[in-house]
Amino acid sequence: MSERPSTLLITLLAAGIAILYIPILVMIATSFNSSPLAGAWGGLSTVWYEELIRNEQLLGAAWLSLRIGFVSATVAVVLGTLAAIALVRFTRFHGRMLLRGMVTAPLVMPEIITGITQLLLLITMFRFLGWPHRGYWTIVLAHVAFCTAYVTVTVQSRLMTADRSLEEAAMDLGSGPVRAFLDTTLPIIAPALATSWLLSLTLSLDDLVISSFVSGPGASTLPMLIYSKVKLGLSPDINALATLIIAAVGTGVIVAGYLMQRAESQRLLDVQMAEQQ
Amino acid sequence: MNHGRPPSLLDALHGRSGRWLIILPPMLFLAFFFLIPFAFALMISFADTAVRVPPFTDILTLGADHHLRLTLSLDNYAYLLRDEVYATSYLYSIRTAFFATVICLLLGYPMAYAIARAPKRWQNLLLLVIILPFWTSFLLRVYALEGIIRENGLLSHGLMWLGLIDRPLKIMHTSVAVYLGIIYAYLPFMVLPLFATLEKLDHTLLEAASDLGSPRWRAFLDVTLPLSMPGVIAGSMLVFIPAIGEFVIPSLLGGPDSLMIGRVLWDEFFGNRDWPVASAVAIAFLVLLVGPIAIYQHYQVRDLEGTP
Repeated sequence: MSERPSTLLITLLAAGIAILYIPILVMIATSFNSSPLAGAWGGLSTVWYEELIRNEQLLGAAWLSLRIGFVSATVAVVLGTLAAIALVRFTRFHGRMLLRGMVTAPLVMPEIITGITQLLLLITMFRFLGWPHRGYWTIVLAHVAFCTAYVTVTVQSRLMTADRSLEEAAMDLGSGPVRAFLDTTLPIIAPALATSWLLSLTLSLDDLVISSFVSGPGASTLPMLIYSKVKLGLSPDINALATLIIAAVGTGVIVAGYLMQRAESQRLLDVQMAEQQ
Repeated sequence: MNHGRPPSLLDALHGRSGRWLIILPPMLFLAFFFLIPFAFALMISFADTAVRVPPFTDILTLGADHHLRLTLSLDNYAYLLRDEVYATSYLYSIRTAFFATVICLLLGYPMAYAIARAPKRWQNLLLLVIILPFWTSFLLRVYALEGIIRENGLLSHGLMWLGLIDRPLKIMHTSVAVYLGIIYAYLPFMVLPLFATLEKLDHTLLEAASDLGSPRWRAFLDVTLPLSMPGVIAGSMLVFIPAIGEFVIPSLLGGPDSLMIGRVLWDEFFGNRDWPVASAVAIAFLVLLVGPIAIYQHYQVRDLEGTP
């Protein structure tokens, strides 16, 4: 749009952004407050960070969450990409409606219902088969399930815009269908794969509700631990932990965004070069 | 290929290559984790509560005469209708999610509009600023909000310092805190789809309206607002759907009266360990709320994909 936004609009935008960021900034500031009492400034200190490093329960939960996140994001990207290919490329097959429904289900279904129904399945299976024991693997599988839905939606929209003629050209030149896909379409949808992997990792690292249901004794993920600490009352080391997580995620998103933008402009540059020749 | 007949597995194995190798893995996995669990919940919602592990009776039993006996109990559903807490929490959830969505829309619309009108080089940065909180932990953001609105938090301190109030505001553990939590957590979801439609808006239409003597507010109501309806609907759905089943926000910020259905379900399951009733609540919830939304989305997706 050509017309500049008015002062009123700019003010409203600034206010909205302030609403989004003030609580986070206050939390970061509080993490360096030596006083354990919120609202009272006791001087700058890193005491809560030192406490954090010594808290083995927290570190263990963080490590568990990271492992769950990496494994489930990776598996979800594979399954979700397959589902996206199936939905975009194969226009008619038995169960297409079913697959599409199951891919949108987790996006509309409240987490708590997903969690409860999955727990009921696990319990019934355990009763009749003596398997599986709830813990690391059941959390991973449940996370793969909901992440797959998000991956499918992300990859699907990218795949729909991908030009198929390149792939057909590769096949005319003698590539098999799989090879042609890997050589031509995969690089085009690669940014979507990267985005959806990051999205899955974040969703998995952040999930409290579903994990709480499908986890068993002894497997407490980081959000489960944070939730119980916050629920119990004041725990200033959470501020320090939150600051570290936000710093890590913020850096990750900015770096990933920068890399993707650079790859995209490089690709556009390549296209231009190719057209000039 | 004969169009009246969908391809059989034999066709698939012969001509249509290994496409089932692509379709089946996600299909089976998702069916196992979304369809089958739902069937189990449906089954257990017809069982009776029992004092044992797991705490419900079998609906399928092998009788003395070696016949399978199916015992379906409608008690749980009757209980949902009898006990007021369920009806109350359904209505409370719908009301809370609805008003929070409206407030998000009122806050998010001008934000999206401002970004859409900002110079191109600013747009990406502003969008990143809006998206960034979404990537950071939801749970931690709710916790961060608590630091602002609790009695010795920044809000009360600031307002007292300004002399606007003389004692701390009681926001935590009230419905107001639940509203604030939902608005704070889901505002980015509202801004992004609104921006996407406002950005594509044809500016010449506004110029035409202005040339024809329309004042700017009139042009906004006649042109911009109707054309941005897809964004309004998409953004509202993105806020309303997760808000209605929200558990973390009412649990951490709300009070004893903030009975959102997600919280009732959690308590029923972990507190009372009444799994058949919890299953019945879940099924009823799904049918009454998620069902219509899913049908609506189904038709929207179908429009987007353009397939019959």
